[in-house]
Amino acid sequence: MAQEFHVLAVDDSFVDRKVIERLLKVSSCKVTAVESAGRALQVLGLDEERSPVEFDELKVNLIITDYSMPEMTGYDLLKRIKGSKKLSEIPVVIMSSEDIQPRVNRCLEEGAEEYLVKPVKLSDVVRLRDFILTQKAHPPQMEHNSVKRKWRDESPNAGCSASTSCDHLRPPIPKRRKMVQL
Amino acid sequence: MEFVGQLQRQLVQFSHSLFVEGFLDEQFQQLQKLQDESNPDFVLEVVSLFFEDSEKLLNNLSIALQQQIVDFKLVDSYVHQFKGSSSSIGAQRVKNMCVHLRSFCEEKNLERCLMCLQQVKHEYYVVKNKLETLLRLERQIVEAGGTVPFIA
Repeated sequence: MAQEFHVLAVDDSFVDRKVIERLLKVSSCKVTAVESAGRALQVLGLDEERSPVEFDELKVNLIITDYSMPEMTGYDLLKRIKGSKKLSEIPVVIMSSEDIQPRVNRCLEEGAEEYLVKPVKLSDVVRLRDFILTQKAHPPQMEHNSVKRKWRDESPNAGCSASTSCDHLRPPIPKRRKMVQL
Repeated sequence: MEFVGQLQRQLVQFSHSLFVEGFLDEQFQQLQKLQDESNPDFVLEVVSLFFEDSEKLLNNLSIALQQQIVDFKLVDSYVHQFKGSSSSIGAQRVKNMCVHLRSFCEEKNLERCLMCLQQVKHEYYVVKNKLETLLRLERQIVEAGGTVPFIA
């Protein structure tokens, strides 16, 4: 890869944070892992209580966050990021152990790129990274926010190499949930 | 080297049984795949974190369920966390037992919650024991100069 792909991972669980960090590193991503949405806002420079000069703001290519966190949920974090002029372009992915359709819809409507059902696998991370890199290289037409572009859920089986491109992907059982009219 | 061979066979058999008997699921294999020479202790580190986390959660659960007035929402949040971490590590039986416990929480059925918590604890200690055995076998193989066979 020409430049480092930097991911900010947010999860209050020690175990999950360790796993997602490793998944990302194995996928050749640079990782910053934090334990709360509040901390994430700080490192992104969105924390109103601190002046921007106190932190070297991180430049990130992707934010991947757990949904259920105490104090501030991943959904609230998503809203803050999408509501910020500075950071709204950064893709945000939600992770959750709960596969609840209304929750999925809400996240996608708010601008989440993807809703991953935990436990997150290596194939999810590689697919994610490749998709976002492809998007950067060939930006899509700007679409209205409420109509999320559905990313074709195709990925090779676990153990795929880091050089995977989207073209030869075989469809697996989709983890991603589509928006559904209730 | 025969000793290493013996240990390796033991490991393969033991590991196989853990998956067949449903103590561990494919998520554990995912973690094993993430381990390599640059991160030779990854599984050990994750498993250790899981043990630490679990002891705290089980303790919190016991305390929460012993209160005069039980806060089932709080109990549920602990179970949710435990379900999450056991799922992330591939501790299938623990995870499944957490699912049951959650449904009793939803019903606010204290008696069932208490009974189920005992079952959760039981499953946790069983898988803890098995994981410790597995990791010990791997360590013995490495110390004897062998390599740990990867069990697909």
